[in-house]
Amino acid sequence: MIESGDRVPLLDVEHLTMRFGGLVAVNDLAFQASDREITAIIGPNGAGKTTVFNCLTGFYKPTVGRLTLRRDGTEFYLEQMDGFRIAREAGVARTFQNIRLFPRMSVLENLMVAQHNTLMRASGFSLAGLLGLPRYTRAEREALDLARFWLDRVNLTDRADWDAGNLPYGAQRRLEIARAMCTRPVLLCLDEPAAGLNARESYELNELLIDIRDRIGIGVLLIEHDMSVVMQISDHVIVLDYGRKISDGDPETVRNDPAVIRAYLGTEEEEELPEEVAEDLPPEMVRALRSFEDRPHEEDGH
Amino acid sequence: MSARAGSPDFPGILRDSGLVALVALFLAFPLVGFHTIDQGGGAGMGIETRFPWVVVAVAAAFVGRFLQLALLRTHAPVAVERSLSRLGEVFQRNTVWIAAAAITFAIVLPMLPFADRRLVDLATLVLTYVMLGWGLNIVVGLAGLLDLGYVAFYAVGAYSFALFALHFDFTFWMALPIAGLFAAAFGVLLGFPVLRLRGDYLAIVTLGFGEIIRIILLNWYPVTRGPNGISDIPRPSFFGLEFTRRPAEGEVAFHEFFGLEYSGLHRIVFLYYLILALALITNLFTLRIRRLPIGRAWEALREDEIACRTLGINPTNTKLSAFAIGAMFGGFAGSFFAARQGFVSPESFTFVESALILAVVVLGGMGSQVGVVIAAIILVGLPEWFRDLQEYRMLVFGGAMVAIMVWRPRGLIAHRDPTVRLGVPQRPEPSA
Ligand SMILES: Nc1ncnc2c1ncn2[C@@H]1O[C@H](COP(=O)(O)OP(=O)(O)O)[C@@H](O)[C@H]1O
Ligand SMILES: [Mg+2]
Repeated sequence: MIESGDRVPLLDVEHLTMRFGGLVAVNDLAFQASDREITAIIGPNGAGKTTVFNCLTGFYKPTVGRLTLRRDGTEFYLEQMDGFRIAREAGVARTFQNIRLFPRMSVLENLMVAQHNTLMRASGFSLAGLLGLPRYTRAEREALDLARFWLDRVNLTDRADWDAGNLPYGAQRRLEIARAMCTRPVLLCLDEPAAGLNARESYELNELLIDIRDRIGIGVLLIEHDMSVVMQISDHVIVLDYGRKISDGDPETVRNDPAVIRAYLGTEEEEELPEEVAEDLPPEMVRALRSFEDRPHEEDGH
Repeated sequence: MSARAGSPDFPGILRDSGLVALVALFLAFPLVGFHTIDQGGGAGMGIETRFPWVVVAVAAAFVGRFLQLALLRTHAPVAVERSLSRLGEVFQRNTVWIAAAAITFAIVLPMLPFADRRLVDLATLVLTYVMLGWGLNIVVGLAGLLDLGYVAFYAVGAYSFALFALHFDFTFWMALPIAGLFAAAFGVLLGFPVLRLRGDYLAIVTLGFGEIIRIILLNWYPVTRGPNGISDIPRPSFFGLEFTRRPAEGEVAFHEFFGLEYSGLHRIVFLYYLILALALITNLFTLRIRRLPIGRAWEALREDEIACRTLGINPTNTKLSAFAIGAMFGGFAGSFFAARQGFVSPESFTFVESALILAVVVLGGMGSQVGVVIAAIILVGLPEWFRDLQEYRMLVFGGAMVAIMVWRPRGLIAHRDPTVRLGVPQRPEPSA
């Protein structure tokens, strides 16, 4: 399943289970993600995708499971770490399904806050900073350079001094990604970054993610609904349904996996594929789905 | 003079005004309707009724509400709002000049011809609240932690100095850093239990903390002397020169050293400059730390704690540092208070004091340094100056608060300048 062969994966998720009372949001999930790869996690609403991210970034403590992240030869067991340490030490950055910026701070300040730990160290926990020592001034200039780099990259340079809350929606999404990148992560987790974007913005997002993968060389975990995005840019797709992994492989394999088609569209025997849905899907998938509808139901065991 | 949205809805306005009058009736009947009087001659207290006053109060409420709805709602707020916004803009564009002018004025104030003892005393009081407001602004305005018990740190600072002076003969200058440290330690102490609380819950717990400190001061008699307080706190000296007519053996007094005629005003003016310096240090510190990573982290924490976590910011340490540093300035102000009064007692540190400091911050516009100064002048300076008008000043105080909350809920100066700018031309930003 993992094409990377003998390469050690960046992230190794084993037996991840998350229960909320009686509800099992994630059930014995195992997958791996590598650097220089975009790993997409797809699945219907409520499948447990965001919950996986929340476990990875320390917001939830998994009921069971081991989440190993390897950075510079050190292994971090994320399930044992506080959220802020996961970001600071293990280098996992994330964005949110409903954007979480600092709305009454400027765009540039959002990117400076992301470099808090580097700057804090350089400011000698504020003492060198209060005195205006050169080592802090230098660190701040470097931080501004990194911010500037990402502002250019997401095309927000001419709005750097705006309040982040005043940006249009698409720009806020880009800023959130830029902010995550300013923490210099090794793994970037994006929760539905294309949600609410128009076609052009969505295209630019793809370019950005490919660029992050190829030029920065980090691993990207991507939760996405838009199948065209997933099929175009991901190297590796994991499909969740009711908290279980039902498919795992390259986009081609997953696209043709009948279990995926059935789960993703929740097709029942009598259901036809509605035209509105078909329009949003890649043609191959529609074809596969239509052929699936024609077939008699194989495994109907309850 | 027609309204924005056509003519006002008179029946609705009448109904609303009637309701307000009814509420006023319920409040005024017990509060205004009965009045306790000393009957004299050992007869004890008696009750006098004054129902005509109730009628006046109810009528005033009715007419006031009617006028507010019928007239003010239509134009005045728009005009007031617009002029206040314009004022805010003027302030933000000329902050440097206004600050320079204000500081210059503050420096020359005691030398101006009309500056008598009363005015300098009052200015000292106002500056104390400016300093407290600036200190609390770190916690409330920057870090967004609603603290209703700030006076506790003021008390800790004041009692630290008082006790160290009492037991170890500390002078003001020796006690000042200790008072700050103690207050900061109490800030951390308060910070720990409230780390997980937010908004209203945080406010309630900090309020409780403020009361706990006051009640401990009141009841821990062997140490704090309870309600009697601690007196004979030494006055601060000017680099070792005392402000006394006849200095102790082997010491030189301020007026002797400078060859001046002794005057009680020297000390008053010195205290004024002392608090001015302390307040300006607080301000400089805040302005500076806002631009440092810790200050930005405070603001980020106010904006979104969850996002902060994903950026590797430790929320615990960041919040505690805000509490500690805010408290430290409260402690400095407290030891100044003790030095100025020469006497401290728990009575000076009631909840009303916390509320007043918070009002200075909120009214000024959270996070705005200039706003705090204006609010301190309005809330502390004016009522004190018009003391002769007795209780009416509280009425005006209340009225001003209501007016500002109606028309400028985000404070007088709600503008926030970014702590760093990219320095490239920007597209025009839509106003929020
Ligand atoms: N904090 C929580 N408490 C209880 N149930 C939760 C919580 N978080 C998520 N869930 C449940 O877990 C399931 C998976 O949710 P989620 O991970 O948000 O799905 P997805 O992101 O795939 O749409 C849902 O049924 C959701 O209601
Ligand atoms: Mg989700």
